[in-house]
Amino acid sequence: MSSLSVPAHVPSVAEDCEQLHKAFTGWGTNEGLIISILGHRNAAQRKSIRQVYAETYGEDLLKALDKELTNDFERIVLLWTLEPSERDAYLANEATKRWTSSNQVLMEIACTRSPKELLLAREAYHARFKRSLEEDAAYHTHGDFRKLLVPLVSSYRYGGDDVNLTLAKSEAKLLHEKISKKAYNDDDLIRILATRSKAQINATLNQYKNEFGNDINKHLKADPKDEFLAILRGTIKCLVCPEKYFEKAIRLAINRQGTDEGALTRVVATQAEFNMKIIKDEYQKRNSVPLDRAIAKDTTGDYEKMLLALIGHGEA
Amino acid sequence: MAASDELGALTKAFSGFGVDEKSLISILGKWHPEQRQTFRKGTRDFFIQDERQFERWDDRHVIQLQHEFLRFKHAIVLWTMHQWERDARLLKEALYKGPQHNVLIEVACTRSSEELLGARRAYHSLFDHSVEEDVAFGIHGPERKLLVALVSSYRYEGPKVNEETAKSEAKFLFSAIKEAAGNKNLIENEEVVRILVTRSKLHLISVYKHYKEISCNYLDEDLDGHLYLQETVQCLCKPQTYFSKVLDASMIPNVDEIKKEAVTRIIVTRADVDMKQIKEEYNHKYGVSLPNKIEDVANGNYRDFLLTLVARGD
Repeated sequence: MSSLSVPAHVPSVAEDCEQLHKAFTGWGTNEGLIISILGHRNAAQRKSIRQVYAETYGEDLLKALDKELTNDFERIVLLWTLEPSERDAYLANEATKRWTSSNQVLMEIACTRSPKELLLAREAYHARFKRSLEEDAAYHTHGDFRKLLVPLVSSYRYGGDDVNLTLAKSEAKLLHEKISKKAYNDDDLIRILATRSKAQINATLNQYKNEFGNDINKHLKADPKDEFLAILRGTIKCLVCPEKYFEKAIRLAINRQGTDEGALTRVVATQAEFNMKIIKDEYQKRNSVPLDRAIAKDTTGDYEKMLLALIGHGEA
Repeated sequence: MAASDELGALTKAFSGFGVDEKSLISILGKWHPEQRQTFRKGTRDFFIQDERQFERWDDRHVIQLQHEFLRFKHAIVLWTMHQWERDARLLKEALYKGPQHNVLIEVACTRSSEELLGARRAYHSLFDHSVEEDVAFGIHGPERKLLVALVSSYRYEGPKVNEETAKSEAKFLFSAIKEAAGNKNLIENEEVVRILVTRSKLHLISVYKHYKEISCNYLDEDLDGHLYLQETVQCLCKPQTYFSKVLDASMIPNVDEIKKEAVTRIIVTRADVDMKQIKEEYNHKYGVSLPNKIEDVANGNYRDFLLTLVARGD
């Protein structure tokens, strides 16, 4: 559920644009105004604002934000202002570039989005980068990571609830067999994770637990330093319990020496209009402290304010 | 019509693609029992002499006749379908009858990105599975990765091509093919598959061009012996040549049913796309016009329907 709170009476798009423009002009920037507007508009509203802003002031709103804002605050506002599909495309592209490369982000986007959302992201990728997501992912990843990530970003999983229990049993057995042999990059293991529907995978993992006594991820911890195993565990978590995955991502980001703003920004900006409420509940359950408080403790200034606005802090 | 002419005409009415309904009606409809017996005794192909002193239909030919009578129906149904359903069903059939790798490659590579996406959506509706999960499950061996990736692709379709990258990828392909000489395992070369499976079609056409400058042969020629890779390249870079080749190989007497089905499939799926170029290519390669060839080998309503489709866009 979205944690975004949009006011009951939303000003007209023209008004929003005028206020935003005001926030940029003159000495310094009125960050509070930016947060109070953009932090409380949904995707369709933000899209209209961008359109009208460009028509009225002859400049892309994102460019204006880029000029006026800096650092973490800028990044979260820019990411947030984009539409979800553009945002995913932007993050995926960043994840393939050398200095910002991240197998984890590619996996996260490929597995936590619905089949339709992933498709929209791929479409947005074409439009923005003039290449397909899979060609960049394939080009910039290697070995086992490529074997897993390219099928993951190319998948268009069946989205229904239909499940074949016999198949689930046999594929659970297959997974167990491969894992016992430490064949983590096995073709069939990857095939199952990359092509089966989420409902089917969920059924398979339930069967796995029934048959073999443990959650499959417990059997994928042979080497704590093995990055591929970490990605594999992440894949599984993202496919069947994304809220737990995101809770952990936020928790690790906050608990790190200094905060990992990159991860925190990414999770909040991408989930605020999707699963943030349930992620907040998970966070509270797991850490015995509300997410708002943890973020307030660990971040400062306008960055903190924007994060809190997006996670619905202080709203009824 | 003289008696022997009628025998010939009737034999032809039952042979080739589809059946000649008019001749069957006009000839068989008026024949007396003795004339029909002469026919049965005279045609070794269709009838066998049974030990109990009568001529019986050869079972295999009756089964084949079923296909021939249904060929027109199949073409009509396929033609009427929404393109997405059509492609989804072709993919499904290709998996279950064979599997027919060439059909999987053909559908995945000769449709536009949006068309392939549509087929994948229709596949969800029709079969409650994704096409990639079925292909992954149904194909084994080294070609699985290629085929799964081909049906999952969503290639960029804009005009931008990075010529430097195309050149270096052509160079890479050239050395990879040389090194693999004789071995069957070029299809397991991840980089080769990556290039063919993810790059845009315009990019690959540029790679094809650069390759010729390096190798003196065309890329698909040098891929002789690596059938799936060769077909992939042909479908992506020179689809009309590929289609003419398959058509010609299918319109041979006594070819098997699977090959025969290619005629309906190709003509129905390309009639509104690039039939004109396919005809030109066909004429250029084989010295005979495609309509004439169809007239030769096909019969009746089926033939007339094919000819109508082939004439579209003229």
